[in-house]
Amino acid sequence: MGWYIGKRVLQMVPVFIGATLLVYAMVFLVPGDPIQAMFGERAVNPNVAAQIRQQYHLDQPFINQYLIWLGGIFQGDFGTSFSGRPVIDEIAQVYPTTVRLALMALVLEAVLGVVLGAVAGLRRGRWFDSTALVLSLLLIAVPTFVMGFLLQAVVGVKLKWLPVTVGADVSLRSLLMPAFVLASVSIAYVLRLTRTSVAENAQADFVRTARAKGLGAGQVVRRHILRNSLIPVVTFLGVDLGALMGGAIVTEGIFNIPGVGNKLFQAIIRGQGPTVVSLVTILVLVFMLTSLIVDLLYAALDPRIRLV
Amino acid sequence: MTFRRKGAAMMAAALAVALSLGACSQGGTDGGDAPTGSPVLMNGTEPQNPLIPTSTNEVGGGRIIDNLFARLVYYTADGETKMDMAESVTSDDDQVWTAKLKAGQVFSNDEPVDAAAFVDAWNWAANPANAQLNASWFSIIEGYEDVQDGTADTLSGLEVVDETTFTITLVAPDPNAVIQLGYSAYSPLPKSAFDDIAAYGQNPIGNGPYKLASDDAWQHDVQIELVPNDKYTGDRQPKNVGVTYVFYQDNKAAYNDILADNLDVLDQIPNDFMESFVAELGDRAVNETGSLFQSFTIPSRLEHFDGDEGALRRQALSLAINRQEICDTVFAGSRTPAKEFSSPLMPGWSDSIPGNAILGYDPTEAQRLWAAADAISPWTGQFKIAYNADGPHAEWVQAVLNSIHNTLGIETAPDPYPTFQASRTVITDRTIQSAFRTGWQADYPSIYNYLAPLYSSAAADGQGSNDGDYKNPQFDAELAAGLSETDMADAAVQFNKAQEILLRDLPAIPLWYQNIIGAKSTNVSNVLFGWDTVPIAYLIEKAA
Amino acid sequence: MDESGLGQIDALDESVPPASLWREAGRKLVRRPSFIVAAVMILIVVAVTCFPGLFASGDPNSGCFLASRFGGPSAGHPLGFDQQGCDIYTRIIHGARPSVLVGALTMLTVLLLGGTVGALAGWRGGWLDAILSRLGDIFYAIPTVLAALVFLNSQKDRSGVVMVVLVIAAFAWPQMARITRGAVLAVKNADFVTAARALGVSNRRILVSHVLPNAAAPMIVTATVSLGTYIVLEATLSFLGLGLPLTMHSWGSQISAAQGLIRTHPEQLLWPSAALALTVLAFIMLGDAVRDALDPKARR
Repeated sequence: MGWYIGKRVLQMVPVFIGATLLVYAMVFLVPGDPIQAMFGERAVNPNVAAQIRQQYHLDQPFINQYLIWLGGIFQGDFGTSFSGRPVIDEIAQVYPTTVRLALMALVLEAVLGVVLGAVAGLRRGRWFDSTALVLSLLLIAVPTFVMGFLLQAVVGVKLKWLPVTVGADVSLRSLLMPAFVLASVSIAYVLRLTRTSVAENAQADFVRTARAKGLGAGQVVRRHILRNSLIPVVTFLGVDLGALMGGAIVTEGIFNIPGVGNKLFQAIIRGQGPTVVSLVTILVLVFMLTSLIVDLLYAALDPRIRLV
Repeated sequence: MTFRRKGAAMMAAALAVALSLGACSQGGTDGGDAPTGSPVLMNGTEPQNPLIPTSTNEVGGGRIIDNLFARLVYYTADGETKMDMAESVTSDDDQVWTAKLKAGQVFSNDEPVDAAAFVDAWNWAANPANAQLNASWFSIIEGYEDVQDGTADTLSGLEVVDETTFTITLVAPDPNAVIQLGYSAYSPLPKSAFDDIAAYGQNPIGNGPYKLASDDAWQHDVQIELVPNDKYTGDRQPKNVGVTYVFYQDNKAAYNDILADNLDVLDQIPNDFMESFVAELGDRAVNETGSLFQSFTIPSRLEHFDGDEGALRRQALSLAINRQEICDTVFAGSRTPAKEFSSPLMPGWSDSIPGNAILGYDPTEAQRLWAAADAISPWTGQFKIAYNADGPHAEWVQAVLNSIHNTLGIETAPDPYPTFQASRTVITDRTIQSAFRTGWQADYPSIYNYLAPLYSSAAADGQGSNDGDYKNPQFDAELAAGLSETDMADAAVQFNKAQEILLRDLPAIPLWYQNIIGAKSTNVSNVLFGWDTVPIAYLIEKAA
Repeated sequence: MDESGLGQIDALDESVPPASLWREAGRKLVRRPSFIVAAVMILIVVAVTCFPGLFASGDPNSGCFLASRFGGPSAGHPLGFDQQGCDIYTRIIHGARPSVLVGALTMLTVLLLGGTVGALAGWRGGWLDAILSRLGDIFYAIPTVLAALVFLNSQKDRSGVVMVVLVIAAFAWPQMARITRGAVLAVKNADFVTAARALGVSNRRILVSHVLPNAAAPMIVTATVSLGTYIVLEATLSFLGLGLPLTMHSWGSQISAAQGLIRTHPEQLLWPSAALALTVLAFIMLGDAVRDALDPKARR
């Protein structure tokens, strides 16, 4: 087990370096000179521009910029953004919001997806199952941004049930609608995954044995079917946390949520390399860590898997 | 402040906020009529630079800076210049100006607002080593070149006479120099600022009508809270208990908040709500003439746009655009068709400059001119207009292109650049291969500021904002003649004569003036917009 | 929108289908009503994609007059007019091409790239497997929307179908590679492969004529299901103003242009959204049906 974890962590190093280098290179390629844009439509003062470039190491070759940034990371220094703030402050400010949003989305997809999926799976072929299937297809087919505008207009503006936008008020209530929008596609996946899994297990030999043993229907479902069906679901949920955090760009924009997605979008637009890469680095780390945890969990839940 | 970096970047430039205040007690909140209630919530965007007056050149930070700092003079809503920190600013020869400060004025931390506070701040900002974006504003002061090339540390044109007096020697005589000194770059800084300028930029100490509510008043990307500065003794006394700028990434979110009364003042309406906002908001809606001039520029280096052929094609294109229809439909009346190159809010503006019929809509004449150009050299390719997709431009660009397509029958296509930065770079390095949108708002209220930076020969070739590299000595001469007039009205007449040349050459094709469009909540009153289209924070009253 | 999606679900059953599976799957497919519905819808969409002129005679870049802005349905204009006074029906018809083109080309690219890498990694194993797998992880770790946002921002001058396809494919191939690798690994040690090897069949022949045909089922399932996802992704990018030129009238850019009209003119948002959702739905239903047909566990 320890050896396996060590190997996995070691494998993360090249992935981490590769991913950050890739993102850094892409930001570096963004056309336009961020310093020039700082002057707006006015003439650029070349002396001032040179001074600013030097300050942010923009006068150096690409690979040097990356190495300076990477060196800083290992000392806990994520650099400074163009607005004069340490990037680490920006990270500390936006991540809690996005983590909260992603966790809410995760809870929504786990609860809604598993409950609907389990019922559908147990009643395979009946009307509930068919309805759930059609619903899940619709959730997948309607793009996130369409879903966002739709709910915003209906639930927020027309019915006034929930706040239209989030802004400074990052409460559970105001995040509910965006969390649902963010989770919508995943809800469909979890539903279908649970349904398939439950349906399969419901006909498995061990369930038949349990029934034959005379166990009550409720107990069979709880003890045997659900427990075994949830292994792939848990796997999916774990990996999805990282995807939810990274996929929040559109949702955060629509609902004006001051999170990672919004910050990233702004930073990309303004060509702020260090900010973009630092924010993405954390996303990558989250993704890698959740993958690792899921694999370990999977191994713990399913004795058939050996850790080699 | 003339550009819009982001769609949400609000509609105007924010520098001077002002209105002369008749009845206002001097000396802050100790009077019996101190305002009560809760802070006024206004829309804003996260400042893109540290909150230092000379670092801030965009609207998000500009509107905050203007409330935090006071300069020698300020502008009234009508564009009139009035004394703020100064008692007087005078000159015998229009070149050496003497600024005399009112005695006893202090920053919010009790440091004195004296001559040194001004001179030190300006010297510091002009020095390129300090990397201030607004450094070029000090190029009007003698010694600027020496500071730029490193042969001097301070501006030789600035001199402290005594504690409340200093002199400013200009590079060249300028009868209207005082007007410029109201721009935010000319703010003073307290001595303590220079101890740790980075920290200061996050938590500035100013001398304006407001100060930061606390050390952590600036919640990045969320909002910034300002409260009245009781040390400020000038005319701009706050009539509310504070102003909070709420930062929006997306102006639709701001609009939804004003509908729900979660925001008190909104100074722009998203394009998509243009048609419905008056109906939805009733008397809470604001729609007045504004000072943002919008146009598009066709550089003469593009194929088919040089010489006589180019002149004919520019005129044909101008006549092919149905400005009135686009203003009425796409903008639902929130734009006013342009009659010339400045803004109706400028003193001396005229809607009857000879030759401005070229800004009308005349399909027959447009087709005739286009055919005449085709006779010189037949048209090939697509006509494209470039714009930055992070601003609200897609819809009107498409409408203008459709109008051109329908009139002239040529193929057209919008040419969006993802960001302001991307479009700005190709415009500045002159590699752009299409026409591009342009817009301008004056930094101080004068027609001159709409013309010289954009169309004078001196501003071409990267020396200013003449992005089309238009050069016409005759136009330069008319401008210079206007500048030498001491009387403002005479100067404006002269500037309008210069505009006659522009109407012939069309270095940019004027489209329309952007109105001041906005909204207020049911809780506030006395919401006035300044000449620069920014709502005047200190005048707003909010019910308790 | 995210690349993990259905593929992961499919990845859970990487069993090798027996040879007879294909015939049986085909028979099963044509009996499924959802397959019939999906197939008909896809046929229509494909026809519209190939010959938009047959369905809408107008030029989508012409005939826009502000006078008819938001005009209701009339003769020859069944869906009315948009905010520029353009015929909505014509725009919707012409919007099919970019969506389907991007979706299909991305799927093929991913199949080719991911399939090759996955097959190589699975077949060869060892250090090549390690390197290719880590390379896949690098691309997999970066969210696709984010990557496309950064990348397309940087490639303004070369925007177009090919660019969008390449960008989406660049960040979507690792999933296909994983599935192919898994399938190849599973077949690699099967008896008939060992037998072929014992008979002296060359490595390449074994890979091409024995391993790949047997690994094809999970690959095809993943590819079909992903197609809908790629179409959504293209629409998202167009919605963000990236990728395709506006003159192509992608549904995503139509939705983007109409996004603020949801209160005043909801039909403007409705038509392109419905077209997009129905197209995606068709491809997802197809993928669903194909998977059920090919899934040995579902054969009851």
